[in-house]
Amino acid sequence: MTTPPLLQVEHLTMRFGGLTAVNDLSFEARKGDITALIGPNGAGKTTVFNCITGFYKPTEGMITLTQDSGASFLLERMPDFRISWKAKVARTFQNIRLFGGMTVLENLLIAQHNPLMIASGFTFLGVLGIGGYKAREKEAIEKAKFWLEKINLIDRADDPAADLPYGDQRRLEIARAMCTDPVLLCLDEPAAGLNPRESHDLNTLLLSIRKDIGTALLLIEHDMSVVMQISDHVVVLDYGTKISDGTPAEVQADPRVIAAYLGVDDEEVAKVEAEVGL
Amino acid sequence: MAPVTQLPAARQLDMMKALKEAAFAAVVTFGLCIPIIAWGTRQNLDNVLVLDPRWDAVAWAVAIIFVGRFLMALRQQKRGEGKSVVRLLPHGTIGFFQRHSRLFSLAGLGFLVTFPIIAITLAGWGGALKWIDNFGVQILIYVMLGWGLNIVVGLAGLLDLGYVAFYAVGAYSYALLAKNFGLSFWILLPMSGILAAFWGMLLGFPVLRLRGDYLAIVTLAFGEIIRLILINWVEFSNGYAGISGIPRPTFFGIPFTAADDGFAAVFGLEFSPLYRTIFLYYVILGLALLTAFVTLRLRRLPVGRAWEALREDEIACRSLGINTTNTKLTAFSLGAMFGGFAGSFFAARQGFISPESFVFMESAIILAIVVLGGMGSLWGVAIAASVMIGGTELLRELDWLKQIFGPDFDPTKYRMLIFGFAMVVIMIWKPRGLISTREPTAFLKEKKAISADMVQEGHG
Repeated sequence: MTTPPLLQVEHLTMRFGGLTAVNDLSFEARKGDITALIGPNGAGKTTVFNCITGFYKPTEGMITLTQDSGASFLLERMPDFRISWKAKVARTFQNIRLFGGMTVLENLLIAQHNPLMIASGFTFLGVLGIGGYKAREKEAIEKAKFWLEKINLIDRADDPAADLPYGDQRRLEIARAMCTDPVLLCLDEPAAGLNPRESHDLNTLLLSIRKDIGTALLLIEHDMSVVMQISDHVVVLDYGTKISDGTPAEVQADPRVIAAYLGVDDEEVAKVEAEVGL
Repeated sequence: MAPVTQLPAARQLDMMKALKEAAFAAVVTFGLCIPIIAWGTRQNLDNVLVLDPRWDAVAWAVAIIFVGRFLMALRQQKRGEGKSVVRLLPHGTIGFFQRHSRLFSLAGLGFLVTFPIIAITLAGWGGALKWIDNFGVQILIYVMLGWGLNIVVGLAGLLDLGYVAFYAVGAYSYALLAKNFGLSFWILLPMSGILAAFWGMLLGFPVLRLRGDYLAIVTLAFGEIIRLILINWVEFSNGYAGISGIPRPTFFGIPFTAADDGFAAVFGLEFSPLYRTIFLYYVILGLALLTAFVTLRLRRLPVGRAWEALREDEIACRSLGINTTNTKLTAFSLGAMFGGFAGSFFAARQGFISPESFVFMESAIILAIVVLGGMGSLWGVAIAASVMIGGTELLRELDWLKQIFGPDFDPTKYRMLIFGFAMVVIMIWKPRGLISTREPTAFLKEKKAISADMVQEGHG
């Protein structure tokens, strides 16, 4: 391959004291792809996310992000806020972390903090009311409006985020992450707690983000309907180790994956495969 | 069927239950009264401490609590569970004020600007001094301190128990630099602010990783350290004795003295100490309004939004590319800067400062003003400061009560009692402060106030 992948994780290891949460994991996420990271509970998926987005410093390994412009960043060396700001990797959280006491619109404006900060002359010009902050803020509001229309929340723009129903909060968190103009969006269980219809809407939103905006997606998911329908590439983790990597169909057929999920011996895999109809 | 038949029974007043509740409250009161009220101490003529039993006072206290608690319990039963027992203002009063906040702000501003004239008209030239100085200037200093601390505690959600340290830094900066180098008030005012902001950053760095109780303890310690340095570094600050003879501010170079080149003589007026007080009043009013203006502006700028986002969820902030270190430091240093302004004004107004003025009690009062007023609300803080500081001053004016309670009655002795009572009432009636709703900083169609239930208080 001539061009390097968007995100390349090499030999990533994360130890917490004696516990190895992630063990020598290597995988890549290509531009324009939806990459899914799956695995049983406690497999280390969220730890991988926290390492990519800078919330944890990995014990070993290298995480390289290469943007379209050719600029490349070593994410394991950057503090978390710079990963979002400079390397353009955005994330959502497993337990939604919105700014509940602030309105939906404000949530989307905070996501545009860094460009607005520069527009306000690092506050100094903004306080005095000089410079183009007003115009820049209008643009930011327009961008927020674009995303609110996309997630069908434009009518609730002035309501506090904590007031929204669960499914809307999930979508708002995705929209908020998208307002940082990411090249890679990491979603931690975006379909958790959604009903089938909301889950279907989420699929549409994620596919549209990839197609219209061109952002690559990396997602952790338990809901196989989401994983199998929309992802191009699936990485399976078990006890911190990669056990399978490939297209959804390949992964589905991998006996090790079935063993990990259903908890059977390798010899019995064939029998189980027959039972589940593979 | 069962729930239907139970309903009317629940509506009936349960005397026994109310009596039990009242009796329990009375027993608790009795227990509390024994060490506090039951014996008064007095020195007799031989300088021996004598205990005077005061069981009548205990009986009164217990009786009042019993009857009051009984009536409240009955009222609670009538209204049903979960509703507030006390309603001090008719429903919707605060909402009404909030809808017309612009109008009230303008009216309030008009009152503040014309206050010296009103005071002179009502109290005459002799009486106005007390009103402008003790009420106007004193309240405005605390309003300004409250607004400054509001940036740290109310907006950024960082609990700061040592705010008075920055007030002290501002005051000593002015006092020392004015006395030793003869610099003027108008140069030193911004300088004290910058010095205090610098100290704010210095405090900010080590406490960046601390949250909640730990942050509170470190800031408390910082406040005490500054005070102890001022006490013990005698060559620098003259210790307990303090610094006296601090140059007073001049009217852009014209001093407020009775001399020929004094303010009164230059403007062809009769000399009166009132001119200086009125001038100081307008200076502190200008400083307080500057604090309010900057706070309002900053809330609409990215940095202000980042403060509030930090209060809501720090981890989410970091995931959105907000540098939380810088955000916290700006909150600390800006809050400290306004404290420094207030401090240098305080030194200029008093002409004398000592570490006595910067004890922990001051920090507690300023924090109480912010918490009682409603964290983040400028109006709430201003009202709380007026009530708490103005109320204390007002107690001195209640001499006529001596005619009712006898010549020994001293209303100022009851200051702390009233203070505590007011705090309990606010905590029952409005646990999140007088004005607890949050106003959004941007809106598409309609600006809706956000209820306090949703707004986070911050974790430190």
